[in-house]
Formats: sequence, structure tokens, C-alpha cells
Amino acid sequence: MGALARARQNPTTTAGAVITLLIVAAAVLAPFLAPYDPTEQDIMSRLQGPSAEFWLGTDQFGRDILSRLMFGAQISLTVSLGAIACAIVIGGVIGMVSGYVGGRFDLIVMQMMDVLLSFPSLILGLIVVALLGPDLINLVIAIALTAIAPFARIARAPTLVLKERAFVEAGHALGYSHTRILFRHILPNILSELLVMGSLWMATAVRTEASLSFIGLGVKPPTPTWGGMTRDGFENILDAPWLAIFPGVAILLLVLGLNMVGDGLRDATDPKLRHE
Amino acid sequence: MMGFVIRRLLAAIPTLLAVLTLVFIIVRIVPGDPAMVILGDQATPEAAAALRSRLGIDVPIWTQYLRFVGAALTGDFGASMVTSRPILAEVGAVLPHTVDLTLAAMLVGVAVGVPVGIWAALHRNGAIDVAARLLSLIGLSFPVFVSGIFLLLAFALHWRIFPVIGAADLSDIPDRLYKLVLPALTLGLVMAAYITRVTRSAMLASLSEDYIRTARAKGVPWRRVVWVHGLRNASLPIVTVVGLYVGILIGNSVLTEIVFNRPGLGKVIVGALNQRDYTMLQGLMVIYCFLIVVVNLVTDLLYGVLDPRVKT
Repeated sequence: MGALARARQNPTTTAGAVITLLIVAAAVLAPFLAPYDPTEQDIMSRLQGPSAEFWLGTDQFGRDILSRLMFGAQISLTVSLGAIACAIVIGGVIGMVSGYVGGRFDLIVMQMMDVLLSFPSLILGLIVVALLGPDLINLVIAIALTAIAPFARIARAPTLVLKERAFVEAGHALGYSHTRILFRHILPNILSELLVMGSLWMATAVRTEASLSFIGLGVKPPTPTWGGMTRDGFENILDAPWLAIFPGVAILLLVLGLNMVGDGLRDATDPKLRHE
Repeated sequence: MMGFVIRRLLAAIPTLLAVLTLVFIIVRIVPGDPAMVILGDQATPEAAAALRSRLGIDVPIWTQYLRFVGAALTGDFGASMVTSRPILAEVGAVLPHTVDLTLAAMLVGVAVGVPVGIWAALHRNGAIDVAARLLSLIGLSFPVFVSGIFLLLAFALHWRIFPVIGAADLSDIPDRLYKLVLPALTLGLVMAAYITRVTRSAMLASLSEDYIRTARAKGVPWRRVVWVHGLRNASLPIVTVVGLYVGILIGNSVLTEIVFNRPGLGKVIVGALNQRDYTMLQGLMVIYCFLIVVVNLVTDLLYGVLDPRVKT
């Protein structure tokens, strides 16, 4: 049975995939489905509770929460997808090359990765964003930086084993370049592992982006971000608790959905768990 | 044992140097002249030169680097650009609050996570196990500021059992503990979710080993088999996760301190961000990294205690 089929049989994975896909759909279709303009202020209807007119209520500027959540999902997903894609590519290449070259080079590179790992990730992200300035690209850079080292480790371990295998030796004998062996012969063997890790790290990236926006280091207002909306709600918590609750629940659901998918994929691809 | 400790201590030195180097590089990725960034475009050249000299960035980069590393290794993390007070003094003033919070959270995490993880492992695939796995998955998906706000809404605003603001008088111990409850639960329950997961899988692995069957065959009571034979052998992965979790815990404590308006390192770092206090940020980053290196060291040493084979 293939890994995907195994993952699909797991109800948790399916539920996680449904949650994630619904949020992705809401983000992609936001321009068409959102009932209001997410940045349009309407002082007459500020801080209203959920109603037929505003399903999830309005914020302190009278902006519709549902519309802001839908557009905010775009930011969460873009930043985390961008950051994890960068981390997979950069970390993957570092790990593969390091394991492939081996020797002292490997030792030094992995030592550097360990140093990167010894930074508390939120603090590292916070300082990088603070220094570079809070915008979409810098958030991607900061979050990618916190995830490169784990991907380098994940890519390196199987490369160490694969480079001793007969098909790599055959490649050398045929005169293939190192680049060709690395990317055409070794990479396909470790790609699935990197992607499974990627789905789990997406969850972490969403949470990091939300945390940075909550601290005030997210994409700048008036662009809606889930972390920033939670912060706004938190500051009006006595008057309008739903302002903090709805974006908080949105973040929780997306992180949970991604974690469920990642868990299921990992269980399905991990040979040790296959017979459980 | 002594030789093992000394070897580990020596091995931490290159890591510390590398951490310092990386901090030095990161702080210098700011585009442009830091003095102009801090003072703004209207600054006079004299003011900029004075600030550059105060920041120590008017000398060649190598001199800056050696000064920075030398100072940090002798325990001098510089002074805040805003208050001019030594960073260690600023940190020391709020440290008890952060230590309270972190230790209490670790206590909650271990006290909840280990028993629940064992319980789940003993009822593998049963109702308890499924519930524990689902709850721990939800727990580790919670951004800590969201769980903090939810706890605050429920227990401080709705039921009014605990105070909204967490700043306590350090000399008043009952008050200090009372105000610690909600923040420690916020931080600890998320950690408990991680510990539950790793305890469950480590216990599953250790309970299927031959020595467990031997112990049972000898007539050792089941409770003792689980808590002594099983847990002792499952403790290595648990200690590893607790050690690795400290990095997350530090980040989460910043968010918890914001939600509960507690004084602490998190508030200091956010204050430094808002005031663009770069020397403070640099110093804090060094202190945090030193802390992580020390935690890794302690974890390594604990391995030696828990598993005598590691010491070789």
C-alpha cells in the first residue's frame, strides 16, 4: 500500500486535510466571497457582536471580522509557505552537500547548524524582523532562518547512507558530475522525507508568523493578519471578547489542521510504524 | 564522571564562540549606518559620530568583533543604549519573575505530561489513549498567546478566580504564587502536550523490551515495573524533549508575559524592540543563547546520570 493511501485511511489525517483545504479555499476565494472590504472602516458599526449582518462581528474601526479573517489567511499561508519552501531548498541543499562531501567540511557545516539551532526560534525571528523591518519578505526570511537547520539535518542523514550505495558508485563510474548525482539520484530518495517534515514545519511557521504579528512585528496594518487581529482584540477584551476569540480560533484551527496532516503523513511514511 | 563533565564543558566553548559570532553578524545585517537609523535623517554629522563612538562602531570591524567577544566572555554584555544601565543589571532586575514562570511551567509540563503519557501508553489504542493523543495534538497546536487569552477570559474575566494582571510583589510569597497560576498554566499546558507525546511513544518502546517481561516473570509488581523499569528506560527521550523545549519555552514566555502583563525578560525584549535599543537586543540574544548552551550541557550531563553507557 502506498504512503498516500495509508495516510488517507487515517481519519485524523483526513480531518486535518479538510480543515486545511477549507482555510486555503477561504484565503484564495477571499476577493470573491468576503462580504465586505477588509480595510473599509465604518465608525457607525464599530465593536458590534456577531449578527446576521456581520457574522463574526466588527472591530474597533467597524471593519468586518469575517472578511478580515479571510484576507488574513492569505498572509498566514503566503508567509509560511514561502518560509518553509526557502527552508526546504536552502536547508536541503546544505544538508545534502554536507553529507555528500563529508569529512571536515561536514563537521564544520553541521556545527554551524547546531549553533543556529541553539537560538530560541521566536527570539531569532523577532530580532531579524525588528532589524530588517516588518514586511512580507522579511517575515519569510526570518521564519525561514529558524527552520533551515532542522531541514539540513533531515537531508544529511539519509545522504550519508545513500552515497555509499551501489547506484551512486555506478554514477561515479559513468562519469556523472557530483551535481547530477546529488540532484538526479540522491534528491529523489530524500524528497518525500523533506516534504513530510515541511508539512509539520508549516504548522510551526503559521504559529511563528501569528506570534510575531501579535507582538507587533507582522505585516503592517491596515493589512489584516491573524496575530495582529488577536492583538487588537486583546486590547479591547473587556468590551468585545469575540474580537480576540475568532482570530485566535482561526490560528488554532490552521495549525491543528496542518499538524494533523503532517502527523498522518509521517506515520504513513515511517517504516518503523508501518506495522502498528 | 569528572572527566565526562570536563569534556562536555570544553566542548561547549567552540559553540559559545560560534554563537557570539552569529549574534555579531545578525546585529550587523541592519541596512545602512546604525547611527543614522537610530537618530533619523535629520541628525547632524557630529551627533552621528558621537553615537558611533558610543556604540563602538567607529573602529574597524575586526576590532569590534574582538572587543565584543572578549567582553561577552568576561560577562560584560554591554549597556542599554536607552537607559545606559548595564544589560546584566536590567536583566537581573526582572529575572526572578521569568525564573518563577519558567520553572512553574516546566513543573506543570512534567507533572501533567509524564503521567498522562504513561497512562495513554498503558491503554494503547483504547479510549484514554485516543483522547490523550487528540488533546495533546490540540495542545501543541495552540499558539501560547491564544491559550493565554482564553484562560484569561475564562478564569480572570468570566469567573474572576484569578487576577488579570500578573505583576506580583516578589517579597509576598502567597501573592507571588497566586499570580503565577494562570501564566504558568498557559505556558505549562502547551509543554505538557509535547511531553505527553514523547512519554507515550518512549513508554511504548520501553514496555515492549525483554527486561520488562523478565521483571514481570520475576513477580515484580506491575506498578513498579511501569514506574521504575519502564519509566527509567524511557527517561532519555523525555529529558531530550524537555531540553529541546527550552528554546520554545523562552519564546513562549515572551508571549505569556505580554498577555498577563508580567514583568520579565519578555517585556524587556519587547521594550528594547520598541525603543530600537540595539545593544540591549544584542545583549539579550547573547544571554538567551548562553542559556540554551547551558541547558544543552545540563541535558548532556543528565544523560550521563540516567544512562551510564553515555559516559564512555
